[in-house]
Amino acid sequence: MKCAPFDYVRAGSVEEVVKVLAGSDGDGKILAGGQSLVPVLALRMARPSVLVDVNRIPGLGAIRPVDGAVEVGALARHSALVAQTHHPLLAEAATWIGHTAIRSRGTAGGSIAHADPSAELPVVAVGTGATVSVAGPEGVRTTTAEELFVSALVTSLGEDEMITSIRFPQPERWGFAEFARRHGDFALVMALVAEVDGAVRVTIGGVGAVPARAAEAEQVLAAGGTAREAAAAAAAGIEPTADLHGSVPFRRAMAAEMVRRACARAGID
Amino acid sequence: MDVTFSVNGERVSLDVEPRRTLADALREDCGLTGTHLGCEHGVCGACTVLVDGQPARACLMFGVQADGCSVTTVEGLEGEDGELHPLQEAFVEHHGLQCGFCTPGMLMSALHLLDTDPGAGRETIREEMSGNICRCTGYQGIVDAVEAAGAALRGDADGPSSS
Repeated sequence: MKCAPFDYVRAGSVEEVVKVLAGSDGDGKILAGGQSLVPVLALRMARPSVLVDVNRIPGLGAIRPVDGAVEVGALARHSALVAQTHHPLLAEAATWIGHTAIRSRGTAGGSIAHADPSAELPVVAVGTGATVSVAGPEGVRTTTAEELFVSALVTSLGEDEMITSIRFPQPERWGFAEFARRHGDFALVMALVAEVDGAVRVTIGGVGAVPARAAEAEQVLAAGGTAREAAAAAAAGIEPTADLHGSVPFRRAMAAEMVRRACARAGID
Repeated sequence: MDVTFSVNGERVSLDVEPRRTLADALREDCGLTGTHLGCEHGVCGACTVLVDGQPARACLMFGVQADGCSVTTVEGLEGEDGELHPLQEAFVEHHGLQCGFCTPGMLMSALHLLDTDPGAGRETIREEMSGNICRCTGYQGIVDAVEAAGAALRGDADGPSSS
């Protein structure tokens, strides 16, 4: 249960991070809050040769409103997301992340880069149509959350790239619902219903490899359907797998219920 | 790698291997074995300490990351003459421990809770302590203890609040 040896670099700038990653032949990892990475290292499911600690890079933890959205710096802690008032959906979703001692260390950029489909921030990112700023050797590029998430724990980030900020659009109205065995555990299923730029987006996390839009449910709502009809459409459109925590019919039923609750909280009956 | 940080107000300088967790650095290098290691991958909460006043799993931080930080461990709770902290008193009084393995983490989580929310009621206490696992007590005594400690720290002679 001890990590394998690694070289440790405390980076002072994003440029330095990119440089170290680029020089590590794909064997470098960014250490931010460490709440997902360090367990992986401790269990020796990963053995990177270099860890680049980004915690001391100045200015990366800012949370600020920018025309119709909130820009969240990669190093913003989950506890800061809970405490901020610019983006109520982000604050609500962040209360569901782990426990206090996890929220005080875990970061927004780390959660997005880790790309766990059962995590809250990836669902909010896809559900609001967030854009992600990524620094690399060629400079900074912007991508969308939907393009970023490729599969469970797999992103389109290059080995020498680092997320610097995430811009979450402000939904006109929203509802978030999550089901976990115990509060603080990873979600079995969560649903976000958010109206962004006049369109209602329905996003489900925890039941597939990536947080996914429920296109059928969105069509039902766009055509004036009820929350129950949308929930049924969303549940029919997913392909959950069974594990220790729940069977396929159970997960489907929970997905429907979370979509229904998220609709209700967004004011859609 | 050389690091300097403060533990319970005392400055310590260590040469630690980067892969050494803060928990191991505290236990093995500082001799502060009050911080317990249960799961060593961030699930059980036994190793919870305060880093710059914020609760952190000491098994999920590396010692090198604590450079320049102020760390508080369970050893920092006792008074100058060895008297128990009101939280420790309450844990004894209300059967908040049996084997005691989870207790250091419980105390540090409770310390942060009562620091940020002195009037925390039972629901809040349950919620905030849910990141610390205890396999002996069934939690009832722990919730009772934190509630009583909150009342004691508030100087509330009437005992626990009803909120």
